[in-house]
Amino acid sequence: MGDVLRVGKKQAYQTITQAINNSHPGDSILIENGSYTEPNLLIKHPLHIIGIGFPSVENQDEKEIITIESDSVNITGLLLKNVKVSYINDFAAIKVNGQKHCIISNNQLENTFFGIFLKQSKNCIIRNNQIKGNAKNEMSSGNAIHLWYCKNIQVEENQARNHRDGIYLEFVDNSVVRNNIVENNIRYGLHFMFSDHDEYMGNIFRSNGAGVAVMFSKFIKMQNNQFEFNWGSASYGLLLKDITDSEIINNVFKQNTIAIYMEGANRVDIHKNEFKNNGWAMKIYGSSMYNNINRNNFLNNSFELGVSGRSDSNNFNENYWSSHTGYDLDKDGIADVPYRPVKLFSRIISKIPSTSILMRSLLIDIIDFAEKVNPVLTPDNLKDHRPLMKTIDYDKN
Amino acid sequence: MLKILKYSLFDLVRSNWSIAYLTFYLLVSSSILYMNGDLTKSIISMMNVILLLIPLVATVFGAIYMYNSREFSELLLSHPIKRKSIFLGQYFGLAISLSLSFIIGVGLPFIFRGIFGSPQLSNFLVLIGVGLILSFIFSLLSFFVALRFENRIKGFGLSLFIWLFMSIIYDGLLLLILIWFESYPTEKLAIALTLINPIDLGRVLIMLFLDTSALMGYTGAVFYKFFGAWQGILISLSSLLVWLILPLYLLLKYTKRKDF
Repeated sequence: MGDVLRVGKKQAYQTITQAINNSHPGDSILIENGSYTEPNLLIKHPLHIIGIGFPSVENQDEKEIITIESDSVNITGLLLKNVKVSYINDFAAIKVNGQKHCIISNNQLENTFFGIFLKQSKNCIIRNNQIKGNAKNEMSSGNAIHLWYCKNIQVEENQARNHRDGIYLEFVDNSVVRNNIVENNIRYGLHFMFSDHDEYMGNIFRSNGAGVAVMFSKFIKMQNNQFEFNWGSASYGLLLKDITDSEIINNVFKQNTIAIYMEGANRVDIHKNEFKNNGWAMKIYGSSMYNNINRNNFLNNSFELGVSGRSDSNNFNENYWSSHTGYDLDKDGIADVPYRPVKLFSRIISKIPSTSILMRSLLIDIIDFAEKVNPVLTPDNLKDHRPLMKTIDYDKN
Repeated sequence: MLKILKYSLFDLVRSNWSIAYLTFYLLVSSSILYMNGDLTKSIISMMNVILLLIPLVATVFGAIYMYNSREFSELLLSHPIKRKSIFLGQYFGLAISLSLSFIIGVGLPFIFRGIFGSPQLSNFLVLIGVGLILSFIFSLLSFFVALRFENRIKGFGLSLFIWLFMSIIYDGLLLLILIWFESYPTEKLAIALTLINPIDLGRVLIMLFLDTSALMGYTGAVFYKFFGAWQGILISLSSLLVWLILPLYLLLKYTKRKDF
């Protein structure tokens, strides 16, 4: 163990910069409660930086507060404030440049342009940070947690609010995003770009522009998440774009304008999810093939499914559809008639958007009913062959 | 006029029809509230009921009342009372009694569920407002038709046709037009055509206030921009008022020269 350097009004070091300059690899710097305005804190060797009672730290020019250029740096218990918006540099409260084994935990970040920014780093942990931004629009705002070219990162139990993206992953592999609460971000709650073999589970995505966007990625596991109240004319719960071989299991989608929007999504398994009170439960667009949508609950969605293009290869089986009015004579729990989740009106509305002014009109109910009795225009082979009669109860652990 | 209004109002309020109408609304709204549990959902369900039934009931009820009180009207006509006051009094008596049944029938269950303390209050008020305006418009239309045609079958037939046209056929035509002009931007056309039909207008207003507009994507945004701004609301209101004032004017003009 190294030495302990104390920073505070009555301590040996008055500023954090002094303490860092006089420290040796492996030392701990304890920062007492107070407010510190420092130049950029550049950390070049392994250190533990620990705040006591959340001392507030600011950069004197409102630029980057802490820059880490060493392995094995821990930063915990700080209150980092006010990083200026820049259109040239991605100023962050904490930036890690190409390092390993860093732990950033229990910090509070307020009004920082980018919150925690990891660049080409490996095996880091970002845990239990509370990050609150002040984003007004997409152009002039940054992401709460931003990972770029990283591997084996764990992002756990953080809270990210009011940024552009809550958590952003670009070229990030083998990482886990677990038990975070992501709210009120203007673009996406969680954003994957070109990232493979990642998992996210137990997160809550609430009232973001879109809950989660997974783009150009493979082998992503999405489990036990909640997607709630992502409501607006261009809002999604989960946006899948060019993604393959992934799993979406045990999630809850509640009151999103579009719960899942898929475009170019192939071989995705969507199992045991609950879709409740969404505008559209699913929209399957452009060349999405070989997806399995099985054993989900579709409860009270305004529209259950919208499709365009060929989508015969998507397989629906044993889902519960609350608007299904089938019967079950042999009492095996599976309705005797297949169910067609695509309503005529949802097809018309996708083709001619201005007809949406007729939504909830009596005429539409009549048309949908007529089409249900005798399908002419809706895709004939798109149906759930074994719709369930009762909602599925599954463990939500 | 006020005396006649008072008389027809009390006459109607005491009749079995109004009581049946009131109980029906009490039953429907409390069962919807009971089954949905959620105020927003209940308001949407009530919207469907209201948009379908209020015009229908107002139509049928207006025609029945007018035909039944014909002798009474003739009796009144033989007295030195202005024709205008007679018919206006009768019409407002009818419309107000319908509205009372509606307000009490829908209002009471929602009040018991605590609508006043909830954020849905404004949506609920829009719902009630649309219901009231539709009651007034459709009872006026059927009142006019019943006055115009002494043959009851003809009168009832025409009133019902007006209802059917407004609530279903018009939407069908609108859908056809929108499909026809598929390759043109038809948002503004859709708005204009919606403004003409009071039932559609009521539906769109309630939907926009309930923020269903997000469901409609880009089009919803266009609609919202129109109906959400105060000009849009003003235009919608004036279009509804035209539906009241124009038939009322025609009715009065007609009663002046009608030979009883």
